[in-house]
Amino acid sequence: MPMTITEKILAAHAGREEVHPGELINVKVDLVLGNDITAPVAIREFARTGVTEVFDRERVALVPDHFVPNKDIKSAEQAKILRDFARRQGLTHYFEVGRMGIEHCLLPEQGLVGPGDLVIGADSHTCTYGALGAFSTGVGSTDLAAAMALGETWLKVPETLKFVYYGELPPWVGGKDLILYTIGRIGVDGALYMAMEFTGPAVESLSMDGRLTMANMAVEAGAKNGIVPPDEITRRYVEGRAKRPYKFYQSDPDAAYARVYEFDVSKLEPQVAFPHLPANVRPVSEAGEVRIDQAVIGSCTNGRMEDLRLAARVLQGKKVHPDVRLIVIPGTQDIYRAALQEGLVEIFLDAGAAVSTPTCGPCLGGHMGILAAGERCIATTNRNFVGRMGHPQSEVYLSNPAVAAASAVLGRIADPREVC
Amino acid sequence: MKLQGKTWKFGADVDTDAIIPARYLNTSDPAELAAHCMEDADPTFAGRVRPGEIIVAGKNFGCGSSREHAPIAIKAAGVACVVAASFARIFYRNAFNIGLPIFESPEAAEKIQPGDEISVDADTGVIYNLTRGEEYRAAPVPPFMQEIIAAGGLINYVSRRLTREKNNGKED
Repeated sequence: MPMTITEKILAAHAGREEVHPGELINVKVDLVLGNDITAPVAIREFARTGVTEVFDRERVALVPDHFVPNKDIKSAEQAKILRDFARRQGLTHYFEVGRMGIEHCLLPEQGLVGPGDLVIGADSHTCTYGALGAFSTGVGSTDLAAAMALGETWLKVPETLKFVYYGELPPWVGGKDLILYTIGRIGVDGALYMAMEFTGPAVESLSMDGRLTMANMAVEAGAKNGIVPPDEITRRYVEGRAKRPYKFYQSDPDAAYARVYEFDVSKLEPQVAFPHLPANVRPVSEAGEVRIDQAVIGSCTNGRMEDLRLAARVLQGKKVHPDVRLIVIPGTQDIYRAALQEGLVEIFLDAGAAVSTPTCGPCLGGHMGILAAGERCIATTNRNFVGRMGHPQSEVYLSNPAVAAASAVLGRIADPREVC
Repeated sequence: MKLQGKTWKFGADVDTDAIIPARYLNTSDPAELAAHCMEDADPTFAGRVRPGEIIVAGKNFGCGSSREHAPIAIKAAGVACVVAASFARIFYRNAFNIGLPIFESPEAAEKIQPGDEISVDADTGVIYNLTRGEEYRAAPVPPFMQEIIAAGGLINYVSRRLTREKNNGKED
């Protein structure tokens, strides 16, 4: 039977020849992940299973990244639960402040996830690793606890939506714009319970950073996973980096899809998602006059090297608008160091931006850039729900890093072509 | 099992940030989370909801983050169950895993009005609207999910399975 890439990876991990959409299957996991918000609950539930040791101490990754460096006493207590558990269990992949990063930037960078893997994580943006040609999906804390005990989880085989992006991407348009445009077209539940397979010349032309951004936001369309067929770009990314053997899977040409969407993106503009849903998307030219108080460049969506380079290209030799706070958050320590060595951090500092240690921080309204009532922020993050970045009466607009940087310079939502 | 209570109605795409804002995620204590349940959707909810009452909402309830704190907050606030046109997938799993009953029924979500008294038969999935004299049907709960519920949540299900394997001598 012809299968999609998602079905093939699921079948391989279920120890079966084939699987069909709708089937419930038990699968072996290659890696499980938790953070300082979700893992404390998982650790509590893990204790209730009666199991004393995790299934494999090299396959449980714990990354304190949401409220770290600890923002208050309570979050310090939560982070300590992770640290103590990691030490007690002898986990090899626990990442301390100063050596860590935002989980979905960090794990691919460190080669801990690879093509063909099956990964679950107690964080909804675990779907990011689909960019590598892996199956990965977010779950809750109790599912994480069960997987830490068993090394397995249950999944329903999803139907797949295929997206084909034709055309050459215009300047300043990248993975973020493709995924925002897609969510705008299909809605925040347009892929509910389904796999999103991203294909076509425009996706093939994206760097791994751009692909990671796309797969990252599959959950914003309700999807179980997002996936990009692995290719030469994938091979170059994982070679010398992967810590475990990996395998490339490809969809069969006659695989069955629930639906195929075809988009010509050769004239796509940078996209902006208006409050308060990621599907509330408009091209930047139709944004109108939206004054901003803050701009955030970072997160598991857009905190990688390519993102910082784009922002720096816009900000070079310019100043952040007097009424705006620009906060730049490199996704990992390695990205931070690379940005320093390339001179990007200097460009940000010269422009008048604050540059932070890696953290999820403001993206979920944790710390490092919380908004007051009535304030507006343009952010390269992934969600713009009510109260997402602070006060319930604040607003978040989502965009790519170049748009966020241009907006920081002009003090209003702006097209990068207005400043470059 | 029958769940009967007054309903609280919410719209479509209620996200987990609205159910329990991240500013309260520096704790996982159910009682503390319950005190802020639904705060960014209706700031008066946590103070006024009574044990046994029922949340009714539109499509895609619980979209957004994977935080299990969301169903935990709802359960700890005393809410008996959630009826929605559809649920976001991680919320759906989480609710079963922690033992918060949920029912999917687009018809019920549309027709039930705020404050209606409803009764949900958890075994058959039939929802009775006692205020309007109407009856709706929820999507059947998949057999595997019923097993998890019968075991009293995923963790109990897992520990029973492990005990069984141990008794069968499968453990190394």
